[in-house]
Amino acid sequence: MTGESDYETSVRERRTETPAEFGSRRAGLMTRVQNTLHATPALVPLIVLIASIAIFGLLIGDRFFSPFSLTLVLQQVQIVGIVAAAQSLVILTAGIDLSVGAITVLSSVVMGQFAFRYGIPVPLALACGLGCGALCGAINGTLVAKMKLPPFIVTLGTWQVFLATNYLYSRNETIRAQDIQAEASLLQLFGAKFQIGGAVFTVGVVFMVVLVLGLAWILRSTAWGRHVYAVGDDAEAAQLSGVNADRTLIGVYTLAGLICGFAGWALIGRIGSVSPTSAYEANIESITAVVIGGISLFGGRGSILGTLFGALIVGVFSLGLRLMGADAQWTYFFIGVLIIAAVAVDQWIRKVSA
Amino acid sequence: MTPILSAKGLVKHYGRVTALDHCDFELYPGEVLAVIGDNGAGKSTLIKALSGAVIPDEGEIRLNGEPVRFATPHDARRAGIETVYQTLAMSPALSIADNMFMGREIRKPGFMGRVLRQLDHKEMERFAREKLNDLGLMTIQNINQPVETLSGGQRQGVAVARAAAFGSKVVILDEPTAALGVKESRRVLELIQDVRAKGIPIILISHNMPHVFEVADRVHVHRLGRRLCVIDPKNHSMSDAVAYMTGAKAPEEELNAV
Repeated sequence: MTGESDYETSVRERRTETPAEFGSRRAGLMTRVQNTLHATPALVPLIVLIASIAIFGLLIGDRFFSPFSLTLVLQQVQIVGIVAAAQSLVILTAGIDLSVGAITVLSSVVMGQFAFRYGIPVPLALACGLGCGALCGAINGTLVAKMKLPPFIVTLGTWQVFLATNYLYSRNETIRAQDIQAEASLLQLFGAKFQIGGAVFTVGVVFMVVLVLGLAWILRSTAWGRHVYAVGDDAEAAQLSGVNADRTLIGVYTLAGLICGFAGWALIGRIGSVSPTSAYEANIESITAVVIGGISLFGGRGSILGTLFGALIVGVFSLGLRLMGADAQWTYFFIGVLIIAAVAVDQWIRKVSA
Repeated sequence: MTPILSAKGLVKHYGRVTALDHCDFELYPGEVLAVIGDNGAGKSTLIKALSGAVIPDEGEIRLNGEPVRFATPHDARRAGIETVYQTLAMSPALSIADNMFMGREIRKPGFMGRVLRQLDHKEMERFAREKLNDLGLMTIQNINQPVETLSGGQRQGVAVARAAAFGSKVVILDEPTAALGVKESRRVLELIQDVRAKGIPIILISHNMPHVFEVADRVHVHRLGRRLCVIDPKNHSMSDAVAYMTGAKAPEEELNAV
């Protein structure tokens, strides 16, 4: 080729200009705050929780700021807390599970009816109920992962299906608390109370806390946990990196279903009876706890500890406002504000990091 | 010398479109082979066939002379062929160390690792730091930094480091400089030289002729679903390469044989 242009020769000699430096910039205060929040996403809900306890404590005094009242909050949020732990796992994969409430109540009905209608030994009936929860979750997971249907649509559908199954199967019958206590008290195990000073704990509360801590450990310290985050962050990238995204998704939904099965058991302990009309609002409440807890609805970000704090914030607000004699609607008002604030903070964290 | 990775007579049809038409390919040990071609020439199908993302209809792929069949990218990776995709395939919210070990995490020894499946974060961090060091990327200060806080060039650096760390036989780079600025592109080109210096052969797919001519030892020109010729960048100009690639000029006879 004639007259090989100058740029070609200059390219062929190795260029000597300094390559881009890989050093870090000096971080400003806001950037540092953002980085801290990025590293520990449960920090915001924790601060809000402590602040709301302090404020209600100042406003109401001892009636609120007592071991009894504070542990009452724990008891009131235990079902939502357990269900929200399941919801967190699903939302971390950038999904959503609208059927958690339906799975919870269906599992509790299976436990109760298996024990009372068929006379199956109680431990076996419990196992069947837990298995029913896991199966429901596996159905969700298979539809999401294999059929590639949007999680919102899948669980909107299975929510109706599971709830209808629950009513049809239970024939709308409630099993009375006295009967359960007399013949199958193991079903009420999660309601068993014990006292430490003025503080009252139930087995369900302990289960909720241990569950959340256990899941937090699994998410941080096992390959499966890292895969949950990776799939939620960018499923295609995770797949190309060698993660089996489908299997991870099915695993997450199945585990979420199993946890809802435990929530169903805890539900019997909480209300004493087995009622097919209970826990119908658990899906929305669990999503609320997850969002206030700082887990991103877009997946891949957040900490399950935040979910626990989120559930507790809701509990503190509802108990605090009730003790102040405020209209119950104020609870919903403030929770609504908190949801929007939490999502705004999530967006801010993402923006500064880009 | 036997090629480390070679393909013979690869054919791939997508419906009525022929993406690969009896395509041949050879990569020799220790070299940087650039693959260039116009859009739609089938070079990305060729690369996907080599990295297991596409299964060819006909033809044979050999690794170190042994015939291989890759059904998934995972198979290719296990055989020692690492691909850095144009999208990088990283999870932005996760740390550098997490990303480097995604899909092949190291577990702790003993009870904690075998029964509770606990990850050995310390070992993974040490390994990631060592691999980044090897490629002169150690000015990335915090190995636990989320990938999204890195610049485009740094991310590319981490992706290349991941490929170089685990790609024992071949590293495939798909348009590594396409999304980068001038300075960052330079850094990545240096990385390519560094990886070659470690003795790992590289397949570089690029549209950027100056970059190709700067780092490649041989240039595979792809046209109409097959290899048109292989040229030596020392004896040909960029204009020649573009002319062969677009069909404006036919390569001399002896080049076809190479």
